[in-house]
Amino acid sequence: MNLNVLNWLKDVKSRYVHPNKLAKIGVLGMNERNIAYISRYNPRRLYPLVDDKLQTKEIVLEAGVNAPDLIGTITEQHQVDDLLDIIKNTAGFCIKPAHGSGGKGILVVTGSDDFGYHKANGQILKLADLERHVSNILAGLFSLGGRTDVAIIEALIQFDDCFNGYTFEGVPDTRVIVFKGFPVMAMMRLSTADSNGKANLHQGAVGVGLDIGNGSAVRAVQFDRPVLLHPDTGRNLLDLQVPHWDQLLHLSASCYEMSGLGYLGTDIVLDRTKGPMLLELNARPGLSIQVANGEGLLPRLKKVEALTNAKKMSIEQRIAFSKEHFSRRS
Amino acid sequence: MTSRKAFYLLVGLLIVSGLGLTLHRHYTFDIPWLPGEQRQTWSIEAKVEFEAQGKEVLASLAIPGTQPGFTQLSQQTASPGYGLAYTKRDNGGHRAEWSIRHASGEQALYYKVDMLLDPYAVPPEPSQPPALKVSIEKEPYATSANQLLDRAEERSSTPYTLARELIQEFKNQSQNAELLAQLKPQTQWIVQLLQQAGVPARQVHALFLEDGRRRQELVTYIQVFDGSDYQLFNPETGEQGRPENLLLWEYHSGPVLELIGGTNSHVTFSMIQQELPFGVALNQKFADEKLINFSLYTLPLEEQALFKGILLIPVGVLVVVLMRILVGLKTSGTFMPVLIALAFIQTSLVTGLVGFLLIVGTGLLIRSYLSYLNLLLVARISAVIIMVIGIIAIFSILAYKLGLTEGMKITFFPMIILAWTIERMSVLWEEEGPHQVVIQGGGSLLVAVLAYLAMNNEFIRHLTFNFLGIQLILMGLVLMAGNYTGYRLLELKRFKPLTEDHL
Repeated sequence: MNLNVLNWLKDVKSRYVHPNKLAKIGVLGMNERNIAYISRYNPRRLYPLVDDKLQTKEIVLEAGVNAPDLIGTITEQHQVDDLLDIIKNTAGFCIKPAHGSGGKGILVVTGSDDFGYHKANGQILKLADLERHVSNILAGLFSLGGRTDVAIIEALIQFDDCFNGYTFEGVPDTRVIVFKGFPVMAMMRLSTADSNGKANLHQGAVGVGLDIGNGSAVRAVQFDRPVLLHPDTGRNLLDLQVPHWDQLLHLSASCYEMSGLGYLGTDIVLDRTKGPMLLELNARPGLSIQVANGEGLLPRLKKVEALTNAKKMSIEQRIAFSKEHFSRRS
Repeated sequence: MTSRKAFYLLVGLLIVSGLGLTLHRHYTFDIPWLPGEQRQTWSIEAKVEFEAQGKEVLASLAIPGTQPGFTQLSQQTASPGYGLAYTKRDNGGHRAEWSIRHASGEQALYYKVDMLLDPYAVPPEPSQPPALKVSIEKEPYATSANQLLDRAEERSSTPYTLARELIQEFKNQSQNAELLAQLKPQTQWIVQLLQQAGVPARQVHALFLEDGRRRQELVTYIQVFDGSDYQLFNPETGEQGRPENLLLWEYHSGPVLELIGGTNSHVTFSMIQQELPFGVALNQKFADEKLINFSLYTLPLEEQALFKGILLIPVGVLVVVLMRILVGLKTSGTFMPVLIALAFIQTSLVTGLVGFLLIVGTGLLIRSYLSYLNLLLVARISAVIIMVIGIIAIFSILAYKLGLTEGMKITFFPMIILAWTIERMSVLWEEEGPHQVVIQGGGSLLVAVLAYLAMNNEFIRHLTFNFLGIQLILMGLVLMAGNYTGYRLLELKRFKPLTEDHL
């Protein structure tokens, strides 16, 4: 009896790690992220810029950053009838809520014909279905806390074929943590059958840690456990190499000047013709990126904090610094 | 980094002043650390007996008040047919006065007082020394008395030592003492001589408290003043100080009993000792307390009960803070668990858990239909609230019909909170799937149960209610937790794979 309890305790203990070990690698915990980084470097007044995708769109346009084109917005229920006018000249588009999170409420239409509107997975929708989706967005079905929301209609991104086989349905996007304008850590998020085509790691998407130096995979995890092959397609995840890497780093680093947020998560997708495009900004980026990279964020963040002339550095200089100090193989 | 310093200073200040207040209350007001402690009280009954002469009667009995060592809790009288008034004399003495138009034969009046044995008793007003008065005695008594006094004065230096030596002289010079005793009792002589020597003193009537005694008589003691301080002296032995079980009954230079219209009067006392829970004792002690004392015991009972609940909320809040910051549990709605825990206190744990799961489960089922209707948020929440009330009503009626009176307690749940819980869970279900609902719902319930266990703990209830300083300590702890940058317990599990490459 006693032995059982002892074994059980040992078993429990083996599933936890001593905090000193985490501290040694410099793993950033939730409390420290909130106190030492988010609340210190992200002024509260700037949050709406990233939480509201419509405002994000505005600053993105102003900064001339590469992002999907805005086709139109619908803010009131009575405007839903105008949907057809907005979309009739576009072959493919995407309807999303301005305050959505985690990819909820995003409807992607790849093309339309006499039968109706084609979704990415082949399903065909009528105009009435689209209109209902828009009213759902307006009613706040997809927004945090159920606030009433605004629907955004964006031009469709022509995904680069380079990730074929690495993702199951869904959009493969690259998350880069940008700290005071320095890209400090990056990962690719690949949807799986477990995650229902969503790119959220806690829902079962695969996270692939990327080398800041060249955009090649360093490690892949699913459900926080290392994996080698994509669970659905079977491709070796460590072969992954993100193209246009320098352009992508440049795009993410420029988001610092654009948003004013010191601790920022940038979500970037690759368009077949236009290259890296900014999809979304996040003022409270998650910590799973550390698991995907097999490394703690703290040493890199500290290195940037230790810089005295960071403010004077140009984007190119910052990227060069990041590549030099945060690359695996340097 | 100066702000950090100020922060730690603030936290330190909060905790130190909280501890200080708590210790202060413990030591000055004698509030015990543990609940359920008993306090000794004495119930003393004075019986006034006399023969009425068939006309109007006025009987006035000196009654004791709060004095060092004892706090008066309550008093009552029994005296059929008599009118009663509690009066206060100019000298500060309180009296019970009975009056009747016609009375004849044996009369018995009863006065009962409950005194709390209380080392921290505070008399409502300090004892006033009596005015000095010098009386001229005839010979040969004057000479004898002066001999005694002179001798005592030689051997003493202070009022107290004079009193002690004087009593001693009465024993030493027994011839003089016997002579004086022919004129008036020894105690009176001692008081008179002390007065003559310029020391305010008086006779007081006191009662030795012994459990279960009946027909006890008052004993005389001598109260000797030195400035505003006084000491009691046993006139027989010269012993200084109040014996622990001595209660002063009359100590304002007045008579114990004044009687008009009666003869053969005498007063006897009976007494019993009782153990009272300290809460009851304190309630009585502070019931008509006017001194400025920041205690919840001065509030009416109903408000006290209310505060008992309110003061527990910070404890529940602290549990939530610790669970979220130190452990990393997810809860739906930051402080929803505290409110659920408050409901559990009303319903008891098992009933509460079953009721909560029933309501939320049923609510989720119906709510899933509401989401098909595409309602606006406010309307949807309102619909959920009405639905929750409906569910509660139905379950109450069902429980009643089935004879489960426990089920009626379901009404204690805060309905608005339940509605929001259902709404959040439902959104969570749609957005993240049932898995997250189980995680967050389970986390919330776990925290609620922990908060309930903390808030329902007899010891914690006792502490939070009796020591307001605890609130400052809780505040300090919450602030400290808000500054914690270390890992959460669940992160130690989450990030474990990270360490495995780095062996």
